[in-house]
Amino acid sequence: MSRLEELKTRIKEALPGLECVIGWQKGYDPLHNTPLFMRTDADVDKLEWGPLNVHNPAVYLPTFTGKKVGVVVKGCDSRSVVELLQENLINRDNVVIFGMPCTGVIDLSKVKARLAGAGVSAGTVTAVTDDGKTVSVTAGGQTTAMPLAEVRADKCGRCQFPNAVLADAYVGDPIAPAAPAAAADADLAALDAMSVPERMAFWRYHMERCIRCYACRNACPMCVCRDHCIAQSREPHWLTQDDTATEKLMFQVVHALHLAGRCTECGECQRACPMDIPVLALKKHLNRTIRDLFDYQAGVDPQAIPPLLQFKLEEDNIKERSW
Amino acid sequence: MAAVKYIASDKLPDWLKSLAAKSRVLVPVAEGGGVVFRPYAPGCRPVFDSDATAPPKGAVFPACQELFRYEQGKDPEDPGKPTLKLIASTEAEPTVVFGAKPCGARGFLIFDRVYIGKKFPDPYYIAAREATVFVTMACAAANVENTCFCHWVGSGPADGSGSDVLLTPVAGGYTAEAVTDKGAALLEDPALADGAAKADEAAAVKAAAREVLGEAPDIAASPAALLAAFDDADFWRDQSDKCVSCGACTYLCPTCYCFTITDEPKGMSGRRMRSWDACMHFQFTLEASGHNPRPTKAHRLKNRVGHKFSYYPTLHDGLVACCGCGRCIKSCPVSVDIREIVQNAVARAKG
Repeated sequence: MSRLEELKTRIKEALPGLECVIGWQKGYDPLHNTPLFMRTDADVDKLEWGPLNVHNPAVYLPTFTGKKVGVVVKGCDSRSVVELLQENLINRDNVVIFGMPCTGVIDLSKVKARLAGAGVSAGTVTAVTDDGKTVSVTAGGQTTAMPLAEVRADKCGRCQFPNAVLADAYVGDPIAPAAPAAAADADLAALDAMSVPERMAFWRYHMERCIRCYACRNACPMCVCRDHCIAQSREPHWLTQDDTATEKLMFQVVHALHLAGRCTECGECQRACPMDIPVLALKKHLNRTIRDLFDYQAGVDPQAIPPLLQFKLEEDNIKERSW
Repeated sequence: MAAVKYIASDKLPDWLKSLAAKSRVLVPVAEGGGVVFRPYAPGCRPVFDSDATAPPKGAVFPACQELFRYEQGKDPEDPGKPTLKLIASTEAEPTVVFGAKPCGARGFLIFDRVYIGKKFPDPYYIAAREATVFVTMACAAANVENTCFCHWVGSGPADGSGSDVLLTPVAGGYTAEAVTDKGAALLEDPALADGAAKADEAAAVKAAAREVLGEAPDIAASPAALLAAFDDADFWRDQSDKCVSCGACTYLCPTCYCFTITDEPKGMSGRRMRSWDACMHFQFTLEASGHNPRPTKAHRLKNRVGHKFSYYPTLHDGLVACCGCGRCIKSCPVSVDIREIVQNAVARAKG
């Protein structure tokens, strides 16, 4: 029995006690998978596993308050589940976690760019195959082979958690991370190299095309204010609806600050953005500060208290008395 | 029908330059990883082969626009008496939207019935609509994407309704056909030559694109089917499970016309703003009392699909409030497919 078939069997066994199990299925075309909510055995048969499972299903968990649900996770998704548990946003007794080792997911923007380079539109894809190392995409009558290492999500190139960090049912043997322990982060390095005015110009350029749809916010598993976000509230009235880069960037800064030390860098904010705005960099920048100050990574240890959700009389790395 | 004209690709900048001398010209350009409409400037390279990420909706219906400014004061003769000055302008800049796909322009036909109606004519919309001319680019077969479904909603890849000029890509350039008088005036430019010799090729391009789309399913039953599903909570739960309630579908939709109004007061003066609203957001029908008749994403998605494929066509002679551009599918972070929901509703009604 293949690993996927074994996973399906485990899910079917658990299904009677659960509201549903969240995973992925094939979407509207061969390049797009889409979240799947399994309620029957027939639904479970639609489950997919592979590099097209780009979404983080943890985002749905807080919406099932009081109901017991299952969730299939990649390693990165499991960190969001753990962070939700750490913050008491979901109840451990009400979530069943199914995991399998993950070797990375694609970045659709990179695949799109590759296809454009080959002179075909990503909108015309008719077939996608992958052998674990190479993704072959057929579009416009021609097949383009892309090494997964070149079109995978940036986070996969730095991934230290290819297995679920917490699971109730884990299928397959855990694998070792393929990435070096401290892989370089090209996005942050590029921003670091800019002067402050250059960086401001960079953000203004990108925020100009923001449409304020809040896909970045709503796809974020840790953005739990959601319906009561200050971006849209009239009282308090911190943002106007003006269609300006200033207002849009203000929201991104608020969003990033709310996620400091909570963000697991799953990258959903950036992946969800229909306008391809690199908003994850803001969160990564704050996370780097949190790591330096508190030696902490979000969503790794269910027992750990996130540093900004606790108070210590004296922090280890902040010398308040001796500077 | 006026005669077909032709413009060679290398003459296009001349035409755009001469149009830009008289009005604002918005063209689709690559920006970051997306394609958006921006004012034409010499040297800019418009993207005509793929549909823009964001439609040209903002050209006529901006994401945020000032309805009026106000100034509160006191009558100097009688300080107990407050005064209020309203400063409003509906003035619109003459604009040519150049190179949109026909579906993007056709979206305004759905707007027109709402904002140019007899009951509540909207002066801001009317002024901007009258000041705007659409030069659209028919799709070639290679431009038809998996998410395209214009043929489901009574349209097609070379449907000129909503356009003023329809361009069609042919070898070496584009044919240009005037659809309206406004469009015909734009074709009186030395950059354009007679295109009679290219007419057959253009017709073949149009036919090839239409053929790629294939047969459309019959969704004539959708208004009744969606109404019949109105109270089926499980059906709408299943359709909306994966929706994350963001506004990408709505804000990128060429036919979504809902707005919200906010005031920006600053001391004794301020502005009243109209901005795009999104029916997928919790605030959409949140009432002042705190009650929300559409409290969940299932309620809200039902409204979005119902509005486009049932309520609107019932009020407007069967016109579906969707142009089939597919942006809501393509840009949805979780690939919610409105075609699938409509078909599910139709299948449900059949039993």
